[in-house]
Amino acid sequence: MTVESDTPAKSNEGAFASDNRQAVTIGDSARDYVNRLRGGDMGSLPAILGLVVLFVVFSSLHDRFLTTYNLANLVVQAGSIIVLAMGLVFVLLLGEIDLSAGVAGGASATITALVLIDHDWHWLLATIAGVVVGALIGVAIGSLVSLLGIPSFVVTLAFFLALQAVPLKLIGSGGSLRFNNEVLRGLSIKNVPVTAGWIAAGVIVVGFAALTLWRYRSRSAKGLVHQPLPLVIIQIVVLAVIVLGLTALLSANRAPNPNLFNISGVPWVLPVVIALLLFWTFVLTKTRFGRHLYAVGGNAEAARRAGINVTRIRISAFVIGSSMAAISGILSASYTGKVSPGSGGGNELLYAVAAAVIGGTSLFGGRGRAIDAVIGGLVIATIPNGLGLLNQAAYINLLVTGGVLLLAASVDAISRRRRSAAGV
Amino acid sequence: MAQPLLELRGVNKSFGVAHVLHDVDFAVYPGQVTALVGDNGAGKSTLVKIIAGIYGRDTGDYLFDGQAVNVHGPRDVAALGVEVVYQDLALCDNLDIVENMFLGREETRGIALDEVSMESRARETLASLSVRTVKSVRQSVASLSGGQRQTVAIAKAVLWNSKVVLLDEPTAALGVAQTRQVLDLVRRLADRGLGVVLISHNMGDVMEVADRVTALYLGRVAADVHVEEVTHGRIVELITAGRSGDLGIAENPATATV
Repeated sequence: MTVESDTPAKSNEGAFASDNRQAVTIGDSARDYVNRLRGGDMGSLPAILGLVVLFVVFSSLHDRFLTTYNLANLVVQAGSIIVLAMGLVFVLLLGEIDLSAGVAGGASATITALVLIDHDWHWLLATIAGVVVGALIGVAIGSLVSLLGIPSFVVTLAFFLALQAVPLKLIGSGGSLRFNNEVLRGLSIKNVPVTAGWIAAGVIVVGFAALTLWRYRSRSAKGLVHQPLPLVIIQIVVLAVIVLGLTALLSANRAPNPNLFNISGVPWVLPVVIALLLFWTFVLTKTRFGRHLYAVGGNAEAARRAGINVTRIRISAFVIGSSMAAISGILSASYTGKVSPGSGGGNELLYAVAAAVIGGTSLFGGRGRAIDAVIGGLVIATIPNGLGLLNQAAYINLLVTGGVLLLAASVDAISRRRRSAAGV
Repeated sequence: MAQPLLELRGVNKSFGVAHVLHDVDFAVYPGQVTALVGDNGAGKSTLVKIIAGIYGRDTGDYLFDGQAVNVHGPRDVAALGVEVVYQDLALCDNLDIVENMFLGREETRGIALDEVSMESRARETLASLSVRTVKSVRQSVASLSGGQRQTVAIAKAVLWNSKVVLLDEPTAALGVAQTRQVLDLVRRLADRGLGVVLISHNMGDVMEVADRVTALYLGRVAADVHVEEVTHGRIVELITAGRSGDLGIAENPATATV
């Protein structure tokens, strides 16, 4: 017998009418949102506020901070942190940690640089080689964690130490590999042609508008839970302002001496980050795999009983984390123009963890989005950028970044407590 | 009596030296609530896990619709149409009601999830079970009360056109009103023709909602009777002593037959 064709219970269908299918007005939506904030579901709000505060402080302290030249710099500097953090979101979603992501990126970038220089590979093949190395590292970590049951903290600490040997052995102490492939180096130092940038921005805005409006129409037509139309329109407008505004700023000539040079267009890193963001957002929110990731992060036992292969999900999270680390390592090499034995062994990992957590991904698992990495990564990249302009000593930078990470983790822990108290 | 939907015959199960189940016969009939009662350690959980496919059997037959079936894991059991609602509910707090109800069996269109279809079906199922207490199917499960969570877990089991639903202590952690709702729901499931197994320590619940009672005592079936044939007190005797008047296991468990 089927649930739908069952007759005796059907007569009670009206009893479920109390199920509210939409927040009727903007006011209701706003109240919902405030309630969620009160309940500890902060999302990216702390990060956005933090970003605003940083921008206000730095721009008032230094007049060159808010120039388009520096803005483009900031985008490029944030790129590798954002990509690393986006990979870590998957690991953090499961309540695990990957301490080796930074050095996995360094090791992968070393391989990419080696096949580029010594074997003259095409840049795309070299990139794929680097990402494959990252993926293999992820398979190893994931297997040790989920098959042997070693805590990820210990496994990845071991990998953090051992993987530093790879570049050291391949490059040699004190040496470095130059990273001057036209395309890969160009990711950081070249810009998208202005027209192409505008076209891409237009496509993104129109695509987003079409998608959200279509979603609104189909859901309201079928009587499913949906947001009120004004809120949908506000979302579209906000996105359009951000995307088009950023494109406009980066399309202007930003050379310090505009009469001599013309530097304009969106740095190539940005489309790379946006493409990764769109891809992983789709995976997380619209696919079975993404749903299963959240389920395993929320309650691994429930996921197992629902027939989800928890081991496979765990391993894939580490594979995604390490593969994204490889891309991040390549972006980082692209920015500095070289790969050295110490690549990825510095603060990269902690910055990326901080970025993900500041953006709203929980260290306790079950909560996180790809966009968190972008917002948090911007916050983390803004700190050294602004302090660098102010000529502050490196120790200040470390102190501030450490403080921000601690603050973000506290917000995470406190909001988690409030969530369990409020049951949101 | 009608043919049982699900039947176990002569099931034995040992963990190392501990012989947990002795020649257990157990049957679930369509449209009836079968209460499975027994003291802690009587083997209820083991029996449920064998039915659920989590544990294998040492000996004995697993019959479904009168046919012997090979069951090698929870997926085989789910494919037969047998669903288990565990005591700890096994819901993901960070997912909403729809996401939980379809967990592991999400509907997709192409590679993308088909949220529209899932949400409609979840709503239909909840409505058909006369669930009144849930505000929205897109509510996070963390925000639900114990009774609501139990309801979602049961609705999840019903969603799959299941034929047999096993409920492990569904009212153990609930207040009076919530217990009422869940028991009504249990009764409705049976009225729709499902075979329902209710595992419970609460004799009030058992006497009220069950059609048949199977009592386990130290891994043996002490009685398998219609609920009208026994009283509250006799069930308690069966649970605690293994026998009650003419019912129950003979004095010497080693030679006992039921």
